[in-house]
Amino acid sequence: MIDREQVLHVAQLARLELSEDELERMAHELSGVLDHIERIGELDLDEVAPTSHVVEVENALREDKPRPPLPREVALAAAPLVLQDGFAVPSPQA
Amino acid sequence: MSDGAATSPNDGLDGFEPVIGLEIHVQLSTATKMFCSCPLSFGEPPNTYTCPVCLGLPGSLPVVNARAIHFGLMIGLALECELAPRSSFHRKNYFYPDLPKGYQISQYDEPLCRGGRLGEVRIHRAHLEEDAAKLVHVGTSGRIHGSDVSVVDFNRGGTPLVEIVTEPDLHDPVRAREWLELLRTTLRQLGVSDVNMEEGSLRCDANVSIRLGGSVALGTKTELKNMNSFRFLERGIRAELARQAELLRAGEPVVQETLHFDPQTGKLSALRSKEEAHDYRYFPEPDLVPIQIDEDMVAAARAQLPELPAARVERYESEFGLTAASARHLAFRVELGAYFEAALAELARAGDGHGGVDAAPVQIDPAVAQQLANWISGELVRRLGEEDPADSRVAPAQLARLVALISQRAITAGAGRQVLDRMVQQGGDPEGIVETEGLGAIASGDEALAGVVAAAIEAHQGAAEKIKAGNAKAMGPIIGYVMRETKGRADGAEVSRLVRAQLGLEN
Repeated sequence: MIDREQVLHVAQLARLELSEDELERMAHELSGVLDHIERIGELDLDEVAPTSHVVEVENALREDKPRPPLPREVALAAAPLVLQDGFAVPSPQA
Repeated sequence: MSDGAATSPNDGLDGFEPVIGLEIHVQLSTATKMFCSCPLSFGEPPNTYTCPVCLGLPGSLPVVNARAIHFGLMIGLALECELAPRSSFHRKNYFYPDLPKGYQISQYDEPLCRGGRLGEVRIHRAHLEEDAAKLVHVGTSGRIHGSDVSVVDFNRGGTPLVEIVTEPDLHDPVRAREWLELLRTTLRQLGVSDVNMEEGSLRCDANVSIRLGGSVALGTKTELKNMNSFRFLERGIRAELARQAELLRAGEPVVQETLHFDPQTGKLSALRSKEEAHDYRYFPEPDLVPIQIDEDMVAAARAQLPELPAARVERYESEFGLTAASARHLAFRVELGAYFEAALAELARAGDGHGGVDAAPVQIDPAVAQQLANWISGELVRRLGEEDPADSRVAPAQLARLVALISQRAITAGAGRQVLDRMVQQGGDPEGIVETEGLGAIASGDEALAGVVAAAIEAHQGAAEKIKAGNAKAMGPIIGYVMRETKGRADGAEVSRLVRAQLGLEN
């Protein structure tokens, strides 16, 4: 069972703000997800290699050849605030 | 490589033994970024080298740079690592404005390289990842929601990095610096990075702890961040060792934390970080398929390995009989080593290596090789500083012939230094300069030299009396006089012999 503290911790890491109701519901739902995963542990999977990917493709590599980057005004178009030709953000050191 | 000098770098630690491990980030000198085709930036205007991938825009997909894998394998081979047959990328999740996706693509449990060794230090692992963007704090010039403002430049974001993690095998700050210099030279030889600490293409963190000498258990470690020069690395570690020893002497515990060394004040301060919780929730990067390292890839990396500094030191010692210090100096400054070998080849070709022209391959007399090494690392470097001698006016063959003139006693070492001055300033062949400047050594038995010696004794009667009384050190002023008069062309031993003969003393 996932408790309230664990939900708060994960929410903080994900920068999510949860109401009291949501906290309750998340604790319940996350527990359900973990219970489901635990059922997989009941299977005999000794012969099965761990999977990190669902497609059977390997070595999708790219040649080290430059392509033109975006014009700066395009790159900055979605920035909420532009300062000194960059993306202005609240300072993380503040 | 410490020479066991009287002052040990660990003096003042009251018998505590330092245990130091390094974490090094190396920017690879590929043409493009790790996961997109943007060119790498070298000080271009902010945000001119970006694309949807390195800006972390939704729907963009990363693709691995094949050359970054290739460079990673070269590094792995150079560090004698075990190369993973299969390697994969993970997401390392944390929030910071220099990381637009909210995660860094890195490697976790399947790094490209594991194990290994460079010199006396074992390598724990080496893996590939992407660099973060650059964050410039602009402070009071702007405020957002009541906060100071920082500005993000994404040119650097996505630059390929190799992170190299050592085992805690270093035990003093000087060795830590020397080892990092060896690593830098090795990486430079590989041609995989600019390895410039000041510019940030080589960055080093240090994990530092101390324990009672002879103890096996490790003490609590602290992490020193981003010391951006070799000198600061050594000073930072030294300061942290002293701080930890002080704590333990006072009976206080060392707290595990991340510290920043301020080279201006020499003080260490804890890094303030709201995300110090090392809860990165790694999981496999679903946008990148695993890498299978096949034999062809390894063979291609191996084919491009040059001779590495550690091997070169060994060869200089065994093949040319150089002293360890000399071999290291030439091997660690790659351009000096190349110059030395070019000059040696000239000596061998000319048959001046005292081995004769018929011998094949010509054996270089170790004394001559050492003399050449000394002239390069001493006299030449003193005149050129950091300049690559290959770019100077002095061709390797010319320096080789100068050293040959000295070793054959055609000129004295003092005259050789004057010739080298001219070569460095104006260029030219040593033989020509000796000729035009009249710097050829005065032949043994030269009547004129005997005359100069007589004049020198005349001018330094007091010294002459002392020599007669048995004080050999009093010879100095007389020899100095002769050298001045002859522009350094006289052989010191010959002058000394003449002085004693003229004073009626035995030789």
